[in-house]
Amino acid sequence: MAEKLHFSLVSPAKELFSGEVDHVIAPGTEGEFGVLANHAPFMTTLKNGVVRVLDGDSTKMRLFVRGGFADVTPAGLTILAEEAVDLGSTDAATVDAQLEEAKEKLLAEGKDGAHAGALQAQIDYLTDLKAALVH
Amino acid sequence: MPSLKDLKNRINSVKSTRKITKAMQMVAAAKLKRAQEAASASRPYAQRMASVVANLAGSMGDRAGGPKLLSGTGKDQTHLIVVMTAERGLCGGFNTYVVKEARSLIRKLATEGKTVKILTVGKKGREQLKREYSDLFVGHVDLSEIRGNDYTDAGIGLGHDITARFEDEEFDVATLVYSQFKNVLTQLPVAQQLIPAEAPEDAETVDLNGAIYQYEPSQEEILETLLPRYINTQIISAMLESGAGEQAARMSAMDNATRNAGEMIDDLSLQYNRARQAQITKELIEIISGAEAL
Repeated sequence: MAEKLHFSLVSPAKELFSGEVDHVIAPGTEGEFGVLANHAPFMTTLKNGVVRVLDGDSTKMRLFVRGGFADVTPAGLTILAEEAVDLGSTDAATVDAQLEEAKEKLLAEGKDGAHAGALQAQIDYLTDLKAALVH
Repeated sequence: MPSLKDLKNRINSVKSTRKITKAMQMVAAAKLKRAQEAASASRPYAQRMASVVANLAGSMGDRAGGPKLLSGTGKDQTHLIVVMTAERGLCGGFNTYVVKEARSLIRKLATEGKTVKILTVGKKGREQLKREYSDLFVGHVDLSEIRGNDYTDAGIGLGHDITARFEDEEFDVATLVYSQFKNVLTQLPVAQQLIPAEAPEDAETVDLNGAIYQYEPSQEEILETLLPRYINTQIISAMLESGAGEQAARMSAMDNATRNAGEMIDDLSLQYNRARQAQITKELIEIISGAEAL
């Protein structure tokens, strides 16, 4: 492919990816969408899911994002994720451990605790992340 | 003229002070490195967020119909000032500069006849402002429990608090006063407007060449979720910058203190040696004149 798309994925903690790619597939709240070079300006919110970075037809990198925004401009695609991990560098055991920890915290906190909502969201995210890792 | 013993005691006490300041300097240097890394790691996100908000706000055109966090309440009578300082002292003028900036802003607003409310973050700023403005305080955020530069929870908590207060119409304009980390030697106190949300002027905006943005779901819904996050992001990055600045300020303050202690020890040692020499001479003269008298 002649033209490349400039793609960057940042989370508050760090910049996970920045570079030129062919194709990115991201999980929008209203459905998964793909972005190629010269896409029309477009903005959407994201749900928990996998962002796939493709070079040609092969998947180069898979990243798991926890909600956020995608912004497509003539300059490229920017994804602002609440939290993101590179699936290539995560293993199921760590996620399992985090999931167990979050569940225990929720149990300790009870359903009406101040952080119950945030903890539930964390558990949902980790469960989705675990599912994404298995595939 | 202090006695030899007095001088010896003073030298020892200055020496132990120097040990403490030296240790504090080294601790601050180690913490600074981590704080600086955390601050620079968060910068890309904050910048991208700012440019996304700038793009959105730019394409909104007429702001009147937009969400209140962006367009404001239409008044600017009541101001909320968030003063962000450190939890601990011994860091030179770091806290004082921030408080000074906040104070001049409060005075300016007061002379314009505006109502001012103050929310403090960090103990030191609260202590310094308490004398003059304790009746204006509406809240305080304690950062002393924060470990390892993880300000996410505190920042989001404060962000929620501020947006909730805004929705309750407690104020019209919110300004954040904090110390920006320029480099190790310079920390610049700045006042930054949080609500109504303003994209920084230097944010990158993209020329769309007349193309029209598409939004999924609607532009309003995106703005409604984006703006509170934008405010949270600004607060978190301000906390990170302020944390890095505090360590940098403490490091250079303690470096100065260590150097001053060293100079003081040199002076005192000189004084001690002179006094010792004088005493020996005096004793010799006494012995010699005693011998001559016989």
